[in-house]
Amino acid sequence: MSDPLIIAGREFRSRLFLGTAGYPNRKIMLDSVAASGSEMVTASIRRISLAGDDESLADLIPKDIHFLPNTAGCQTAKDAILTAELAREALGTNWVKIEVIGDRELLYPDTDELIKATEALVAKGFVVLPYCTEDPVVCRKLADAGAAAVMPLGSLIGSGLGISNPHLIELVCARSPVPVVLDAGIGTASDAALAMELGCSAVLLNTAVSKAQDPVLMAKAMRAGVEGGRAARLAGRIPKIAHAEPSSPQFGLVGT
Amino acid sequence: MTQATLNAQFRLNGQDEPLTAATLAALLAEKAVDTGQKGIAVALNGAVVPRAEWPTTQLHPGDSVEIVRARQGG
Repeated sequence: MSDPLIIAGREFRSRLFLGTAGYPNRKIMLDSVAASGSEMVTASIRRISLAGDDESLADLIPKDIHFLPNTAGCQTAKDAILTAELAREALGTNWVKIEVIGDRELLYPDTDELIKATEALVAKGFVVLPYCTEDPVVCRKLADAGAAAVMPLGSLIGSGLGISNPHLIELVCARSPVPVVLDAGIGTASDAALAMELGCSAVLLNTAVSKAQDPVLMAKAMRAGVEGGRAARLAGRIPKIAHAEPSSPQFGLVGT
Repeated sequence: MTQATLNAQFRLNGQDEPLTAATLAALLAEKAVDTGQKGIAVALNGAVVPRAEWPTTQLHPGDSVEIVRARQGG
């Protein structure tokens, strides 16, 4: 079945985007990326180590996989904008995951700064995917500001708590004029499947794979979860009812 | 070299340093940054300097330079 995801004119066969941080080693990271089937991975932009002990992520990732650089850790629109511009120069992509954090412990998005950064970067020709709260009004404002997709959180970054508020995610999906990518909080494959069943266009996750006991196997599980959830969404689930509905025929019962 | 240039300082990745390089390209060479690798970018005083302009971009006392690299991220 051909069911491509299109964001800003770029077509994806995989609806899973994978983070590259926190794996036990480089080989497991690369094997996990391969097992996930992801066509786009995230990267961060950091000051270079002048001790010369950095690894060059850009030279590690296979050429056919896109980068989605992030602005993780930025606390103002100004810093996020400069980080995005550095990312564009460093990685040769105008795509950016905008993260503007309003609380260092919760890593919770600062919506005012996020909207400001989105408007500014769209004006500079970026394809902006903002990491945001699962608030239908915020998501609409970001889409109005020109975001190519919105990326509401399932729960706090790295928490593995899954989707705290599935009803809100469903509402965001139903009302969003742009694709919705569930970002943050995924703990296991059923969370990824649920995101897709609720109507998300894709899932972005990192820690659930990188910190799993077997990251490569979890990457494979996430791929299956996303594919299963997407198929279920397209298939159309049955309505929930509060009583039993027999599935076997009601005539010809033995003994009657 | 005059006393003034010997004392000239600039900021590199948030740290004050003596300014000894004349251009961004010279600074990168001085710091042994492998510019053949992908994923490196430079900002001068808050604005990105494209790779092609590194050799011709002069450094001055008080400048603030950021050298960054794409790294693993979520």
